[in-house]
Amino acid sequence: MSDGPAIEVENVVKHFGEVRALDGVDLVAERGRVLGLLGPNGAGKTTLVRVLTTLIKPDAGSARVLGRDVVHEGPLVREEIGLAGQYAAVDENLTGMENLTMVGRLYGSRRRAARERSRELLERFDLVDAANRPTKTYSGGMRRRLDLAAALVAKPPVLFLDEPTTGLDPRSRLSLWEVIEDLVGEGTSVLLTTQYLDEADRLAHNIAVIDHGRLIAEGTPEQLKDRVGGEHLDVTLEQPGDTDRAVTVLAPLCAGRPTVDGNVIHVGVRERRGSIVDAVTRLSDAGIAVEDLALRRPSLDDVFLELTGRPAEPASEERDLADDGPAQQERAA
Amino acid sequence: MRRLVTDTLIIAERNLIRLPRAPELFIGFTLQPIMFVLLFNYVFGGAIRTPGYSYIDFLIPGIIVQNIAFGGFATALGLNEDVRKGLIDRFRSLPMSRAAVLGGRTLADVATNTLSLTVLLVTGVIIGFTFQSSFGEAVAGFGLLLLFGYSFSWFLAFIGLLSKSSESVNSIGFIVVFPLTFVSSAFVPVNSMPAGLRDFAEVNPFTVIVDGLRHLWLGAPAHNSVWGSVAWSLAIIAVFAPLAVARYRRAAVSA
Ligand SMILES: Nc1ncnc2c1ncn2[C@@H]1O[C@H](COP(=O)(O)OP(=O)(O)OP(=O)(O)O)[C@@H](O)[C@H]1O
Ligand SMILES: [Mg+2]
Repeated sequence: MSDGPAIEVENVVKHFGEVRALDGVDLVAERGRVLGLLGPNGAGKTTLVRVLTTLIKPDAGSARVLGRDVVHEGPLVREEIGLAGQYAAVDENLTGMENLTMVGRLYGSRRRAARERSRELLERFDLVDAANRPTKTYSGGMRRRLDLAAALVAKPPVLFLDEPTTGLDPRSRLSLWEVIEDLVGEGTSVLLTTQYLDEADRLAHNIAVIDHGRLIAEGTPEQLKDRVGGEHLDVTLEQPGDTDRAVTVLAPLCAGRPTVDGNVIHVGVRERRGSIVDAVTRLSDAGIAVEDLALRRPSLDDVFLELTGRPAEPASEERDLADDGPAQQERAA
Repeated sequence: MRRLVTDTLIIAERNLIRLPRAPELFIGFTLQPIMFVLLFNYVFGGAIRTPGYSYIDFLIPGIIVQNIAFGGFATALGLNEDVRKGLIDRFRSLPMSRAAVLGGRTLADVATNTLSLTVLLVTGVIIGFTFQSSFGEAVAGFGLLLLFGYSFSWFLAFIGLLSKSSESVNSIGFIVVFPLTFVSSAFVPVNSMPAGLRDFAEVNPFTVIVDGLRHLWLGAPAHNSVWGSVAWSLAIIAVFAPLAVARYRRAAVSA
């Protein structure tokens, strides 16, 4: 096996009718690392994952996983990957144990070995108590965890996780993060899509941001955060009329353009340390009354605002185009 | 090739484990024909003339063939659900044989068909059905039924993958399969039908299968119907297995 990158994507294009879900994406994911794929609803994240896991063929361009072409060497690619799709794919009439054992055997394990491994994973994902119940009795988060466990059954060297923590409670989220970190520690390469910058921040060595099927930014979390301005300060003024003056007064603190939303000013600040005190001092010196002031981590919205100059699109608009009937409705339920 | 066999068995096992946990479908497909046996035999039986045979003897092969055809709906509905729930995506991302999901699904039908065929036959015997052939022929009739049921499962696998919802799978059942089984020799002798229908009924594969079964179980004249049944079954598999597998390869949750 070569020791090139885990994933290489070259100018991949994928249309669905009028929609250009992928519009010429280039991407490289290094081995033994986590690549975080960020983007708003409809950006093309799932489509890219589906191309890379051989579920759909790209219209143009090429992609390789561990050097194997996803179109021409599908069977070889499938030997190397594990997939946890955006929606949990478990058989509702099988128990958790049966689901995992079936997947293990389909990867080629013996029944006994598959059982052993399933038991291990059920433990790791805190599903031991529910192991022998049909999964139709599982909660959404439990199904999600089982689905993730299924992706890990064969210890595949490359993992694709499509929004793995959506719908998980904070504790499960944290423990999944730990599982992923352990796997990466053992050499697994991971491509992870997420809507949460904090998740990408914690797990990803590199982040790619896509929108409208195009790559719009790429880099380490640090590099991206610098572009967004690191920390964000939300200043709520008592008098909306003071906004212009406040923006001027706060300008020296700002990393990017401050944005105004009614009587709230959003500011990307250069330094976390001291910025609240600094802002309060400047505003009170200028005689501007402040109602509330909060420092927060940048969100994905901030990345978008900064990178595209407009907020991330509302979730519904693009979805409607894709909604082709009961499949998605049922899953959304 | 070994992969195809083991993966097919794994999937068949999966579909059979599910059965007792979601038995509605199976019970429905078995109870409904029992009801039909009773209704046809006791309500219509007196009015339908079947020269040479008692109506119950005439009816049982026909109704069992109809039942076997509907047995394949477990495949159609099951695959349709697997596509909608994203399970097909999971299977397609695994390094398993790409024919195994369908092979295992249709193989599981053979097991459930055997079961419901037995239930129906026992019901028939209780209310008066008698074999009028050798043991070997009776067994051959069983085999013929299972082969035909298996081939029909492949047709229904294709339908299940093609359909957008379980409702549309069901409507295929009621709009296509149900009438097809009625316009055949299953319930009444074909020569009692009006001319246009009779022409259709004579070439209907269901007529061929039912006649083949009546030959093997009741000693009715064969007229090539046994070999005809085998030929139809193999032809259905030859056409629909590749179509279904091709559809499976492309089947995607929302594509
Ligand atoms: N099977 C399909 N048929 C038609 N359009 C599709 C299909 N799959 C995706 N699309 C469209 O392609 C675009 C990208 O979709 P994709 O699911 O890749 O987005 P995403 O980034 O995963 O979004 P989300 O965050 O909501 O999961 C969307 O505009 C979507 O409507
Ligand atoms: Mg998605």
